[in-house]
Amino acid sequence: MLRRYGQVAALLALILVEVPTAVVSFGLLVLTFGLGVVPLFPLQVRLARQVAEHRRRLAGEWLGVRIDSPYLPKPPPPQRQADGMYRSHRTLYKSPRVPAWNDRWKWLVSDPATWRDCVWLVLDPVVKLGLLPLLLLLPDRGLRVYGMWCELVLSATAASRLAGQVSHLQRVRNLAADTQSAEMRRIERDLHDGTQARLVAIGMTLGAVEQLVDTDPAAAKALLSKAKEASSETLTELRTVIRGIHPPVLAERGLADAVRALAIDSPLRVNVDVDLPHRPEPPVEAAAYFAVSELLSNAARHGGAATATVDLSGNGPDLRISVTDDGMGGADPGKGSGLMGIERRLAAFDGVLAVNSPPGGPTTVTMSMPKVLPNHWAGSLPKLPRWKAAVVVTLWLTSWCPLFPQGIVAGIFKVFGIPEKAWFLALYMPEPWQWPVILFMIALGCAMYLTATVIPACHNRDRWWAEATPRRLWFSR
Amino acid sequence: MNRVLVAEDLYLLRDGLVHLLQAHGFTVVAAVESGPELLKGLIELRPDVSIVDVRLPPTFTDEGLQAALAARQQVPGLPILVLSQHVEQLYARELLADGSGAIGYLLKDRVFNAEQFIDAVRRVAQGGTAMDPDVIAKLLASNARNEPLAALTPREREVLEAMAEGRSNAAISQRLYLSESAVAKHTAGIFAKLGLAPSDDDNRRVLAVLAYLNSR
Repeated sequence: MLRRYGQVAALLALILVEVPTAVVSFGLLVLTFGLGVVPLFPLQVRLARQVAEHRRRLAGEWLGVRIDSPYLPKPPPPQRQADGMYRSHRTLYKSPRVPAWNDRWKWLVSDPATWRDCVWLVLDPVVKLGLLPLLLLLPDRGLRVYGMWCELVLSATAASRLAGQVSHLQRVRNLAADTQSAEMRRIERDLHDGTQARLVAIGMTLGAVEQLVDTDPAAAKALLSKAKEASSETLTELRTVIRGIHPPVLAERGLADAVRALAIDSPLRVNVDVDLPHRPEPPVEAAAYFAVSELLSNAARHGGAATATVDLSGNGPDLRISVTDDGMGGADPGKGSGLMGIERRLAAFDGVLAVNSPPGGPTTVTMSMPKVLPNHWAGSLPKLPRWKAAVVVTLWLTSWCPLFPQGIVAGIFKVFGIPEKAWFLALYMPEPWQWPVILFMIALGCAMYLTATVIPACHNRDRWWAEATPRRLWFSR
Repeated sequence: MNRVLVAEDLYLLRDGLVHLLQAHGFTVVAAVESGPELLKGLIELRPDVSIVDVRLPPTFTDEGLQAALAARQQVPGLPILVLSQHVEQLYARELLADGSGAIGYLLKDRVFNAEQFIDAVRRVAQGGTAMDPDVIAKLLASNARNEPLAALTPREREVLEAMAEGRSNAAISQRLYLSESAVAKHTAGIFAKLGLAPSDDDNRRVLAVLAYLNSR
């Protein structure tokens, strides 16, 4: 209780900060929009945001209302064009400063949260003073009401939430597109420098054979065997390229066996533990496979490890992969290496990578890819809450009573004028009430059965939707 | 010893294999192109040797391999030579797991060298083994930290590779330009260093070496 009063006192004291901030903000806004001193605007926004952010934090800690930052994501820095200029709308600039300012201005002015902060700044002292009696008499209730007010004005709007999501998706998409085009370029280079060149050589050799075959059959024969050898080498090379695109064993056997094959091929002694009841989608499998492959070869090459453990498991709809080796540790994702490549590959699936590699080892790399496993896997949807389950069971156990004996059977007794009353409630009623009670009992029984069916059906609607929606956006295997 | 079954989905390659085998005195009893047909053929015809592609319709995954394994479960020791565009130690292990021999696992490229390919087919038909040099190379690479193996001399290593591919002493001596008695000496040295019981039976010897390499 005393803590509550302390919090109330602190909140009231904060009025002393809010009022000056509001006054200064007002002054800055007048200067910005009245006199055109636009550079002051970011200053005002920063000031207001700082106070508002502080209050969001307090709301989380004291009022139990989690309020996330509602601000739109910062605009990216202006891109330099091929001709060295920077573009802002239809104007070109030599330096990035003006386009950057334009973006910044637009970002601040167009964000509804900027203006909601101003409204909150002005109204908050008023609200607090209005709530003063409640805050003093019932601090618990008062703080809750105040929390509601904060949430109303300070929380993210649907638009800003969507905007945040869109910018995240855009970033991920760009990353995925970059990774993919880099892969494509690598494959193109491999095919161009290797396979294509070798095929040209084979073609030339065969041309020479064609010329020699009549005049010097022995030389032609030698050349032919050379061509055969070259075609065999080409195949070997092509096999390596294919392995880099999509390993055949992954296509044939799926993730679990592909990782086992990796373990067998590795010079380390690798233990593989797979706990996946079904195969994930092919792109997920490929990302996971290449990640494990990279980590195992890292461990063998740099880590000086002798044994390693690979663990693949599903946690609800999330895929978790961990690779542990007993090498000398000290792996750093920041220092280039393959870890960044893995991170980029995983990013396309919102996956994250955590490295724990103290000097001296062991190294554990944990990767998790959220919501990539088919969602009908067990445990991915919440079960019926216990009280609902209890209600359903009770209803199924008792609905027969009003419907059959008290309703239908009592009705039959009445129709046929059987004098027996047994334990049928309706028949003990005065004559004019008997039919209404019987009908009420039948209706009650039906309603109870209906409720018992509808509760689980409603609960499973999400599951039903999830199963009915096509998930498979890529080509089937 | 001449009845062969061929399972391959590409018409050109299937036809080529059939011609190659017929030219070398084999009788092709069936040339099938899908997994279910293959399994039926293997069980009903019991060919002396079968040449099976790993990837077959309808799933185009490892249909052929699965059919081969299933057939060998019903008919232990049924000679099968598996061909593939790529070789995996994982598959080699599965094929060797029953330890009964009469099994081969080769890259499709090996068909280029008709003599050696036919030799491998004959070997499998007679209950021997034919492992692709690529499989053996991978097997040895993944055994890189095995100490007894590291103690072998380069010559012994060459002999071991050839032996693991399934070759007899005579074939090894021909390939490495050694006398047969020298090969026998190397073989004895290898078995002593790896701690394996020596055996005069070629097939049993090969299986012991493969089991040793796979036992990591």
